[in-house]
Amino acid sequence: MDNLPRLNLHIPEPPARPGDHPDFGGMKLPAAGETARPDVDAAEPTMRDMPFGMIRVLDGDHRAVGPWDPHLDVDILHRGLRAMMLTRTFDDRLFRAHRQGKTSFYMKSTGEEAIAVAQSLMLGARDMCFPTYRVVGWLMARNYPLLDLVNQIFSNAGDPLRGRQLPILYSARDYGFYSISGNLGSRYGHAVGWAMASAYKGDDRIALAYVGEGTTAEGGFHEAITFASVYRAPVILCVTNNQWAISSFSGIAGANETTFAAKALAYGIPGLRVDGNDFLAVWAATQWAAERARLNLGATLIELFTYRASGHSTADDPAKYRPADEALQWPLGDPIERLKGHLIAIGEWDEERHAALQSALEEEVRAAVRAGEAIGTLGKSKPELASMFEDVFKQPDWRVIEQRREMGV
Amino acid sequence: MPVMNMVQALNNALDEKLGADPDVLIFGEDVGYFGGVFRVTDGLQAKHGLTRCFDTPIAEGGIIATAIGMGAYGLRPVVEIQFADYILPAFDQLVSEAARLRYRSNGEFWAPLTVRTPYGGGIFGGQTHSQSPEAIFTHVVGLKTVVPSNPYDAKGLLIAAIEDDDPVIMLEPKRIYNGPFDGHHDRPLKTWAGHPMADVPAGLYRVPLGKAAMVREGRSVTVLAYGTMVHVALAGIEEAGVDAELLDLRSLVPLDIDAIVASVRKTGRCVILHEASRFGGFGGELSALVQERCFDHLKAPIERVAGWDTPYPHAFEWDYFPGPARLVAALRRAMEY
Repeated sequence: MDNLPRLNLHIPEPPARPGDHPDFGGMKLPAAGETARPDVDAAEPTMRDMPFGMIRVLDGDHRAVGPWDPHLDVDILHRGLRAMMLTRTFDDRLFRAHRQGKTSFYMKSTGEEAIAVAQSLMLGARDMCFPTYRVVGWLMARNYPLLDLVNQIFSNAGDPLRGRQLPILYSARDYGFYSISGNLGSRYGHAVGWAMASAYKGDDRIALAYVGEGTTAEGGFHEAITFASVYRAPVILCVTNNQWAISSFSGIAGANETTFAAKALAYGIPGLRVDGNDFLAVWAATQWAAERARLNLGATLIELFTYRASGHSTADDPAKYRPADEALQWPLGDPIERLKGHLIAIGEWDEERHAALQSALEEEVRAAVRAGEAIGTLGKSKPELASMFEDVFKQPDWRVIEQRREMGV
Repeated sequence: MPVMNMVQALNNALDEKLGADPDVLIFGEDVGYFGGVFRVTDGLQAKHGLTRCFDTPIAEGGIIATAIGMGAYGLRPVVEIQFADYILPAFDQLVSEAARLRYRSNGEFWAPLTVRTPYGGGIFGGQTHSQSPEAIFTHVVGLKTVVPSNPYDAKGLLIAAIEDDDPVIMLEPKRIYNGPFDGHHDRPLKTWAGHPMADVPAGLYRVPLGKAAMVREGRSVTVLAYGTMVHVALAGIEEAGVDAELLDLRSLVPLDIDAIVASVRKTGRCVILHEASRFGGFGGELSALVQERCFDHLKAPIERVAGWDTPYPHAFEWDYFPGPARLVAALRRAMEY
């Protein structure tokens, strides 16, 4: 033996496990307003520090500060708050519906509502979002009918996807919402292709795509960014870093080695790191990236730094792998509370109006769920069986025709 | 009419579609300036411009994903996967995304892409440049799979595939790109000149997906083949001296079940020939369909002649390749049963 140390295998572990005190002490967070805002047409090499900062607008007193303040109309702030509250209210109600056996599955976006809502309101009606399962807020912000969502979740006779998809894997083309599939990261490249097609046609539409931080390990993530970079696709590529991929903490996806925004560096595209619980910061970063895209300056990677306050899905129990109160200790707070605080701070909101809005939203959701239940919960009513054989191909081939006949529909 | 080989016919199909439809564009590894390693896209970038025919990173999954996104936008992308063996990194995109996009979105989105890819052995390509992966596509609901066997069909099928609103995979038999091949590797190469299917008309014509071609009429046994094996089948039938009917399937999905059933009911015997490994191969599906629909007409067990159930071995390529001699033996077994 020589004097070399023996090799040892490194397996990352999160700072705290169940029973431990949640520990975010090692987290370096720039203050609100601290991170500089480059011009949208700045050259990428001049902004290589961006992935290591953090775009934050709302300070501890709920005031909008710094160069990224988007100076939004109060109307937008109200719409944003409402859509975020509606998302959470809907999530809570449908989660309970799962526990009551009314559906097979549900996933909440609790703690991440600012992301989908701000980006949905910021982008145009003709742009296209390539979503994950945790951005129902996109549809809430665009007033998608709640009953259609409920019917999809219940797979009932009114399901707009006619019983073909797991609950919440929506598709809503008219709302700029691409079809979700269960395979992680597989639509990232579709967003790039869609954006390239828009550029090829001389259109002005852009695409936005999401993956979670865990999915940055998938090959499809890297292939999509390579294409986006090479062809300067007008696309905004988002990584929602909510700290947890089911039970695996973000370190398992590489968070201990660098930031997810820094993945952009190797591809020569801007990488922004954003406080994902700050509605104004998410808006501002998205606006910056959208402007770049529309000016033919290409793609931007945005890491949305947030926390998945609930379990991964109805099939998950986060108390098994992380401290029960970790979400409450999250240093960037709760997105709804922060936007509410901001509106109150600027004199455009108060607790009374907030409580009234919350009651109204609960009634709205309750009414939609009741209407969905009247059509039927899981197994109590179904789309027309013959529809199972439609849309396999544009025109059915003999196999589909024969088998439909065999089934007697 | 001009005589073309398959490469020229495919090139001509792409050229004509690029000229006729601004929503058609072509991309893949080396397909742009260089014109593709098999030269199928030769000259298309120079003629139609950089954005109509361009090179991609070496990322098959990325190529297919990009094409799906473009298709969802409303374009008709035609992509090349350099060898069918390299399609596997893109398999998830084809299976989970392209094939199901229309279904899972209730018709809101669809992926009208065409994937061209050279397949098959006989060029000393070893394990990774020789495979025939048709069975793994035909099993996937939502994908269409076509295999031309001559220049005329190659152009007509490719145009039909590009115009189709569903994802189509076109497996191009690279062994016969430049000339037909009768399975006898020790004979001099033939050219497409003089072959009746090498007269390729100008203009847009279609060979419809789902229609088999009657290559040779006969009364005593039906041979089902596609791609390179159509030519091997002709040689084998001649050597066996049997009155065989040969169907070139051309399209595996959708499959021309009516032509198959009509032929086997007429002849009472069926021999299936394909280059891919036998177990779980497309021949198994053909055999099952024939058994289900023609049992009362069968005078002999259905025979399958196929590649062996081993990877494609470089040094033993001609032992693996199902040549005419193995077809002859199968035809005789069927006739003497």
